[in-house]
Amino acid sequence: MKLIIAAIKPFKLEDVREALTDIGVRGMMVTEIKGFGAQSGHTEIYRGAEYAVNFVPKIKLEIVVESASADQVVETITKTAQTGKIGDGKIFVLDVDQTVRVRTGETGPEAI
Amino acid sequence: MLIKRTFTLAGAMLAVCLPTLGLAQEADMTPPNGEIGFIFTTFMFLVAGFLVFWMAAGFAMLEAGLVRSKNVTMQLTKNVGLFSLASIFYYLIGYNLMYPGDGWSIEGMLGGFSTTVLEAVGLADEEPDLTYASVGSDFFFQLMFCAATASIVSGALAERIKLWPFLVFTILLTGVIYPIQASWKWGGGFLDAMGFLDFAGSTVVHSVGGWAALTGAIILGPRIGKYTKEGKVAPIPGSNLTLATLGTFILWLGWFGFNGGSQLYMDTAGNVADISRIFSNTNAAAAGGAVAALILTQVMYKKPDLTMVLNGALAGLVSITAEPLTPSIGAATLIGAVGGVIVVLTVPLLDRFKVDDVVGAIPVHLFAGIWGTIAVVFTNSDASLFTQLYSIVVVGIFVVIASGIVWIVLRSTIGIRVSEDDEVNGLDMSELGMEAYPEFGRG
Repeated sequence: MKLIIAAIKPFKLEDVREALTDIGVRGMMVTEIKGFGAQSGHTEIYRGAEYAVNFVPKIKLEIVVESASADQVVETITKTAQTGKIGDGKIFVLDVDQTVRVRTGETGPEAI
Repeated sequence: MLIKRTFTLAGAMLAVCLPTLGLAQEADMTPPNGEIGFIFTTFMFLVAGFLVFWMAAGFAMLEAGLVRSKNVTMQLTKNVGLFSLASIFYYLIGYNLMYPGDGWSIEGMLGGFSTTVLEAVGLADEEPDLTYASVGSDFFFQLMFCAATASIVSGALAERIKLWPFLVFTILLTGVIYPIQASWKWGGGFLDAMGFLDFAGSTVVHSVGGWAALTGAIILGPRIGKYTKEGKVAPIPGSNLTLATLGTFILWLGWFGFNGGSQLYMDTAGNVADISRIFSNTNAAAAGGAVAALILTQVMYKKPDLTMVLNGALAGLVSITAEPLTPSIGAATLIGAVGGVIVVLTVPLLDRFKVDDVVGAIPVHLFAGIWGTIAVVFTNSDASLFTQLYSIVVVGIFVVIASGIVWIVLRSTIGIRVSEDDEVNGLDMSELGMEAYPEFGRG
């Protein structure tokens, strides 16, 4: 099993969810986050004084899938969340040791 | 604001009741429309009074929107507390200190010390004075101005002052400091005798709140993190600009009562026409101030700043308050626009001196208040520039000294500032133990 962590632009969330559902992804965890990468921050002015906006709002997706379908999920997120402009985000893929379905106690890929 | 008409009660009564008995020499003392005039003026005070009352809601929303979410409950508590205390202490001391009539303790300088007494129910067992308005309506209306003065202070000192010392200051401001200086003009005291003109209180109300706020802000010191070690300003954005905008519109609405009611009479067609003129000019000045701030922030900072536009509208309103009657709509717009410019230029100026005014109360109420008081000379030929300036300075010195003493005594006894830990954690939890938005994450 693989854990796919993706940071994307917030307005792309619905498109990504729909595309992932279409390829059979049955669940995901979503968090509103702030961060910075290549896009870095920028400065704004509030009441006449300049201040730095060092963190940009993003959405973090966490999706666990069977190892075989990880590449397809990564490819789908990349394709859907892409605008071509700086700040489109990052995707990380990690190994997952175990999954448990709390309701039944099932474990392994069946529990995803 | 005019002073209440002086009159001889008996003469006025006779003239009203016996208009055909050849009392022509008493004609000047006759209220224009007798009981009808009394009814309309009283009614006008009640309507204008509850409009000004609503400004308390405006201040509360504006301030709640411009502080961080961790200090919102505290700001709201201060606003409801200060209004209620002002209501009690204006009744106990303030009203008669401000309007002593013939009962001055020191002629023209210090009013009388007594609690407010209204007319008997149904005006029973009295020879009713129908030349003006009911005492109840006048007290109600004037109280709202007193409370507005205290509201001005609360915004400037937000996010670091302790609750109870602030409320103690409010008691002294509304019960003593405000009424004493207000008596000098509106109570018929020495500034009025000199010919000082301040229709609805650019100086008497707004600059007084502004001076008390400035004195307090200097003695209290800036919020932690507002000014960096390198001497730069680190802006602390407000939590909710929707509420701040609603608050501004509420204040704008309330101002029609604030300035309109200060005509003090609605007993003739002339007075009603003047009140209408005041409404139009008041609105025009707010619009002028908002547009000036909108354009100026666009030009200076490449993007308009909503918080400055809101301050600009309020500065326009403060600017027109000293003379909302005589200007044309065009002149009122310009007077307000200058107020808007003043705000945009003086907000960064205060920061340069490290005076931390959370909501811009000092530029809006003090600086625009001074401008408005001076601007009277442009449209009212009865005004003298020297007298206007003299009155601004006299009132300023009195309020700075009086409020400075109160702040310093409070600081050296019960303390006025919360601890560093409490300030960082937010006054909502440290002073009150409850949050305005307990279900939100900390931004």
